[in-house]
Amino acid sequence: MALTAKFTKQLGNFHLRVDLTAENGAPLALLGASGSGKSLTLRCIAGVLRPDSGRIVLDNTVLFDSEKHIDLPPQRRGVGFLFQQYALFPHMTVRQNIAAGAHALKGADRERRVSELLERFRLSSLADSAPAQLSGGEQQRTALARMLAASPRVILLDEPLSALDSFLRWRLELELQEMLAGFDGPAIWVSHDRGEAYRSCHTVCVMENGASSPVRSMKETLADPLTVGAARLFGCKNFAPVRPGPASGLVEVPAWGLALRAAAPWRETVTTLGIPSASLHPAKAGEENAFPCEAVRVTEDVAAMIVLLRPLAAAAEAPLLRMELDKSLWAAVPDQKRLTVAVRPEEILLLEG
Amino acid sequence: MDWYPLYNSLRIAAISTAVVFFLGIWAAYRVAGLPRLAKGLLDAVLTLPLVLPPTVVGYLLLLLLGPRRVIGAWALEQLGLRLTMTWWSAIFSTVVVIFPLVYRTARGAFESFDESLVQAGATLGLSRTYLFWRVRMPVCRQGILAGTVLAFARALGEYGATSMIAGYTPGRTATISTTVYQLWRTGDDASALKWVLVNLAISAAALVALNLLERREGGKQPWR
Repeated sequence: MALTAKFTKQLGNFHLRVDLTAENGAPLALLGASGSGKSLTLRCIAGVLRPDSGRIVLDNTVLFDSEKHIDLPPQRRGVGFLFQQYALFPHMTVRQNIAAGAHALKGADRERRVSELLERFRLSSLADSAPAQLSGGEQQRTALARMLAASPRVILLDEPLSALDSFLRWRLELELQEMLAGFDGPAIWVSHDRGEAYRSCHTVCVMENGASSPVRSMKETLADPLTVGAARLFGCKNFAPVRPGPASGLVEVPAWGLALRAAAPWRETVTTLGIPSASLHPAKAGEENAFPCEAVRVTEDVAAMIVLLRPLAAAAEAPLLRMELDKSLWAAVPDQKRLTVAVRPEEILLLEG
Repeated sequence: MDWYPLYNSLRIAAISTAVVFFLGIWAAYRVAGLPRLAKGLLDAVLTLPLVLPPTVVGYLLLLLLGPRRVIGAWALEQLGLRLTMTWWSAIFSTVVVIFPLVYRTARGAFESFDESLVQAGATLGLSRTYLFWRVRMPVCRQGILAGTVLAFARALGEYGATSMIAGYTPGRTATISTTVYQLWRTGDDASALKWVLVNLAISAAALVALNLLERREGGKQPWR
């Protein structure tokens, strides 16, 4: 049982092409930069936006099928949608908002359901407040309670933490994870934050310029993002054009003047090499994948040092390499102007696009 | 003093405000959702009565409703109804003149309305009717109410188009504004002044009511 969505939609110059499956009980992260089409995808699944063509199926129910002219209205899709800004009804109290979600129930059943949700989301004391009187976290809890009141079969979360300040985020992230753990249908969590997505979801679908990539497991995608866009979303900042080297397992990066050993097998479609900032580390000359560099700039970050490096063999206009390392490790480097760094072959990313 | 003009003005204003309330909101809702070009064109047409001299509106209405014109002749023949020179003829002119007031304020309110509220409601399974009357309208209430009160006040004061289409017949089509003109024209300044004061009082009351309404809403609705 799952949610399967395969559709296209043209909006002005923007071409949305989505092909994804979210399995029951395993939240899917829809990860992409802003403007990549994540929210549009959710809107098409929820039925508030109509795709041009394609098919959206939930378990055995066809929600949308352009060929069979099926287009269920959002009211009949059973899709719970948590909006980025929560979209609470401003003229209703917390209790009325939740009751609006539970409209399918009548009389005492409805009241019981609303009280249950008020309690579960610790909103009982705020039941008669207007949404504008609530903090961001309370607003989110109200929106969650309202969404669950309608007993959805699918849950869609549209950047659920982006409206909150960082202090609240962590707690609400835990709350959302807990809510999803107790939900046995498919769920999609839209995010542009790899950490949030990694912590909360089992699988990931990366979106770039309106196109979705195949759904993969989170761990697999982190270890081998396959595309430059995905690598960027997972925090990689060092990219340069790459070509196969003279021997198998070797690759050449002309911009940095490097020949490196890469554990990942070469693919014809690879164009770019990526090195995550945290994968670079100080090393001794002669170690595997070690090369001498000049430290161009050193910036102290909250928990780490950020060092910009120029490989000695680099071309004049080549991009600098960004290395992030523990402050104590940096303090132990004997010559902080000129040093040798290395990257392990299994941490080198061979990327397309 | 004969109070007929007051009674007549009030009923004409009340009926036309009620008509325009629904008509203006309906038009605003439809136009707010149109593509840009169609919106611009329709908007110009629907707002025109606001900037046209009332006499021009009256002239155009007579072109349609006069006893020998398209609609007027049809009504006379088929229904035996004369559309001009009755007390309710004035409703035609006030409706046209005050329509833009409700239409424009409602359209402004609808355009600044956050569509995600209705989308969220739809995913919760709430019907379109519920979402329109219980979500969109209450959230836009402020703008729509303000427009409606203004429209009512304007309807009370409508003179130009009304005098052309309903004329001035004491005890039949006389309204406050046509009475003031008639009394002044015949040199009865004292009586004219009385009606002027009556009109001032009603308009002031309407505007005060509008203010009170907004203030109470403001206190009760912290989300504004």
